[in-house]
Order: sequence, then C-alpha cells, then structure tokens
Amino acid sequence: MTLRGKTAIIGAADTEVGVIKHMGATQLCVDAILRALADAGIDKGSVDGLVTCNSMAEPYMYHAEAIAEYLQIFPRYCVSVGAGGGTTFTALHQAASAIASGICHTVVIAMADSLRSGLSRERALAMQSSTGHAQFERPYGATVPAYYALIAQAHMHQFGTTSEQLAAVAVSARKHAERNPAAQMRTPITIEDVLNSRLIADPLHLLDCSLVSDGGAAVIMTSSERARDFRQPPVYLLGVGEGHNHEHISQAQNLTTSAAVESGQRAYKMAGVGPRDIDFAGIYDCFTPVVLIELEDLGFCLKGEGGAFVAAGNIEPGGLLPVNTHGGLLSHCHSGNPGSMFALTEAIFQLRGQANTRQVTKADIALVHGQGGIMSSHCTIILGRESGQ
Amino acid sequence: MNEMLTRNIPPITAETAEYWASCARHELQIQRCLECGTCQFFPRIMCTACSGKSLRWVRASGRGQVKSFTIVRRAVSEAYAAEVPYVVALVELEEGPTMMSNVVVGNVDEIRIGMPLEVVFDDWPEGVSIPKFKPRMV
Ligand SMILES: [Zn+2]
Repeated sequence: MTLRGKTAIIGAADTEVGVIKHMGATQLCVDAILRALADAGIDKGSVDGLVTCNSMAEPYMYHAEAIAEYLQIFPRYCVSVGAGGGTTFTALHQAASAIASGICHTVVIAMADSLRSGLSRERALAMQSSTGHAQFERPYGATVPAYYALIAQAHMHQFGTTSEQLAAVAVSARKHAERNPAAQMRTPITIEDVLNSRLIADPLHLLDCSLVSDGGAAVIMTSSERARDFRQPPVYLLGVGEGHNHEHISQAQNLTTSAAVESGQRAYKMAGVGPRDIDFAGIYDCFTPVVLIELEDLGFCLKGEGGAFVAAGNIEPGGLLPVNTHGGLLSHCHSGNPGSMFALTEAIFQLRGQANTRQVTKADIALVHGQGGIMSSHCTIILGRESGQ
Repeated sequence: MNEMLTRNIPPITAETAEYWASCARHELQIQRCLECGTCQFFPRIMCTACSGKSLRWVRASGRGQVKSFTIVRRAVSEAYAAEVPYVVALVELEEGPTMMSNVVVGNVDEIRIGMPLEVVFDDWPEGVSIPKFKPRMV
C-alpha cells in the first residue's frame, strides 16, 4: 500500500505570529484549530483524530488529550508526537497513515507555542542548557547555534562555502517576508547586514539564526474521496518519507550530508516525481547552513554547491525554486517545534492560489522538509493540486 | 547558590561510572569490542559494529584531531560566561570514535579543522574531571 494521493488537506490556518502577549500556548493551539475548522467549513464534531506536539511554555503530560479536553472533542485517534522541528511533518505522516488504514477519517494536526512571551528567563536558559547529551556534550557549554555552527564549519572546510553564501539564505528569507504582512521581521537586510551582525558561534552571526516567536498553526486532513466535499480546493499528499540518523551531533556519521537524502528519496519515490518537478519549497531554516545542506540532500543542486545555488538567487522571490515564501523561521516565525507548520500552511495557501502578493507563478507541486534535533530527524512531504489517482 | 552559576555537571550513571572514574585519574578511556576490535564512544552495552556484548574499557592514546569546531561568543549560561570566547569542537580520536570537547587554546583564532590535539583534564570544583584537548605539537 502507498499513501500517494490517498489523503488531502482540506483546512489550514495560522494564528497571529510574532510577539503575542495576550494568548498563551494552549490558547494559540486551540485558536489555530478553530481557524482551520472555519477555513474547511466544518464543525468540531466531525473531527475524529487529533495530532499535536507538546508545548515548552505550557507543557502537558498528555498534550493531545489536554487539547481535546479543552475543545471538548472525543476523537478515536489522539496522539502527541515529538521529533523536534521535524515533528510537524512526521505528524502529518502519522495522520495520513491513520486515515489510509481506516482508523479515523478527519484528523486535525495542530501545534503552537509561545517561546517568546511564555517562558521565564530561567526556563529559557534551562532549555538552552538542556540541548545535547547530558554527559558527553552539555558540560562543554555548547549553545544551540554552536551545535549548528559545527556543521557549518565542516561544510565550509569541505566545500569552500563562504559566510556570504550563508548570509544569502537570510537575505532571501527576508525578501520573501517583505511580501508577507504576517511575518515578524520585514525590514530589508543585506549580505553586509548579516556579516556585520554579532558573531554568536563562528561562523554564525545573529542574522544567521532564526527568530524566537509565539504562534501556531493547524491543518485538517481527510481521505481523498471525501476531500472534494469541502469549501477549499483540496491539497493532496503525494509523497512522504522520513530519515533518522542520530540524536546527538557528536554521533553523526557525516556532518555535511544528512538523512534528508533518505527522506527525500522516499518521498520522491512515493510521489513519482523528482526535484525538477518541484515548483517551490519549504525548507527548514533554523540556521542558514541547514538550508544549504538540505537543498543539496534533496537533490536541488549537487553536494557542496548549496552555497553557490543560493548566492545565485535561486531561492529568492521569482527564483528557480522559491524557498520559504512566507519568510521561514528566519523572518516569519519560529515558535519552536511548531515552527515548521508555517511552511506547511504556506505550501497549502500557495497551491490553492491564495498567497496574495507573494503567490508563485506556477504552484502545482510543492516540497516541504522538516528536520529536528541537530540534523537528527528528517521528514519530507510532497504536496500537489491533483491527487494523481 | 544561584542555579544559573552552576556548570552543566555530567549526571554519572552505572554505564558511565568507569569512564568518569578514569577521567578522575586523568586517563581517557573508551570501549573496545573483544569480538571485532571496533573502538566506540560513548559507552554502550553493545558494539555498534557487530552487536557483540563483550566490551572492554581501554585507555585511549589521548591523541586526536579537530573534525569541526566553533568559537562560542555568547555563553550557554552565566556559569560559562567568564570563559567566552571558548572553543567547542568535535574531536576525532586516533582510535576512530568522535567526541565533543573544548579545545583549550591561548588564541581561539588559531583553531583549524585537522589541528592535532592531545587530551588534558579540567578538574572542576564540583568533583568531576572533564576531558578537554589542547593543540599537540607534531
Ligand atoms: Zn564488535
């Protein structure tokens, strides 16, 4: 059995994003669900599956149960997943599997957090210090940017990638965000701005690092047979694949090639398409070097050529492969694990032709890719306007 | 004491007690598989290469090289602030495995990928010795 074309997304919505002081993480999660239900034009009573991920600001022992209870819905499938920034897409994978195997028919996937406004300074510091292996990494005082800097430095050494090329990723994200009124950061930036921003962990400057934000999003998935009965044009799941390589970066078998290779190949194979068929992409961009490595590993350019590919303007608005047309984690919103949800909802808006002034000219097939941990868990999703069935 | 001034002290487990005990003697130990000869770090109850369960602690040469590195300019917590800028590196040991560590070097800008290293031990007042590395003359 393949999941290709079996399921579709019929509702999608983002909450307000950025600095949201008037709502907590639970409220944001429920707000995202209510907006997605309204977008689909369905009532909460028709939801029989719920997938969430836990919040850091307002954690629950059993997060999905808590959200179902808040909404007063009583699903037959209810699960919280946790795979870092890759969580969003593994959640979609699980929802699609549950629908295709007949466990349930209408699943809400919802995630939100308030990393910006909902964490005390102590909690934020404790979170920072809790990344990495407790015995073999944390004693050395690495920060999250430092873990990613290790892969950036290796990529520069191995392939001659430059700080200017890394900066081009941040500049491109900002150009996209300028076109998105919802984005948290919309002031134009230049390569020089990135290079002149404070060094956090060499070679990463402040502007090579993503935002810290509040916000959430939700999507609603159902079987392809049912998907045509709702008010929005369905967006079909054509391919999905995962790759899992390590948990701790010091255990990575390769610093410059990730399990995005495997997740991408699995998703392409299921969808029956290749990198050349992709019109635009959502690529996880917690730090600029991640985008270069993922573009290479997903086959959009050759290994080692990510820097040149990006510096040539290919991922900018109007480029060969527009990437993160909403502005990404770098300029739109990064509320932690839910951050990649916005790449998913953006792909849905683009495929529906609802992306307003940032609408890409050809939007038939999209690829979104999430990674979590420190290049640890990878999930690639391919979405399309036609089911291919 | 202010909790934020506490460094990230390794929580020693039954599996790692021997490793940390050797660090206290200023010896770096890794595991070697008696069945296939593979050396591994960090410690496990099984060999990652052959799944064999006959593992023995052996003293590593303490020599290695920089596989990758970063210079941390903004400390992870106030406990590390006095050390900024400090080098966090992935160190490839002569025996094969990679470990994360700090490279203690007078001028952080001298650090390079491929730089030869040798182990040194930092005795923390909390009662644990942390293996770090310094540039090795060759
Ligand atoms: Zn073995």
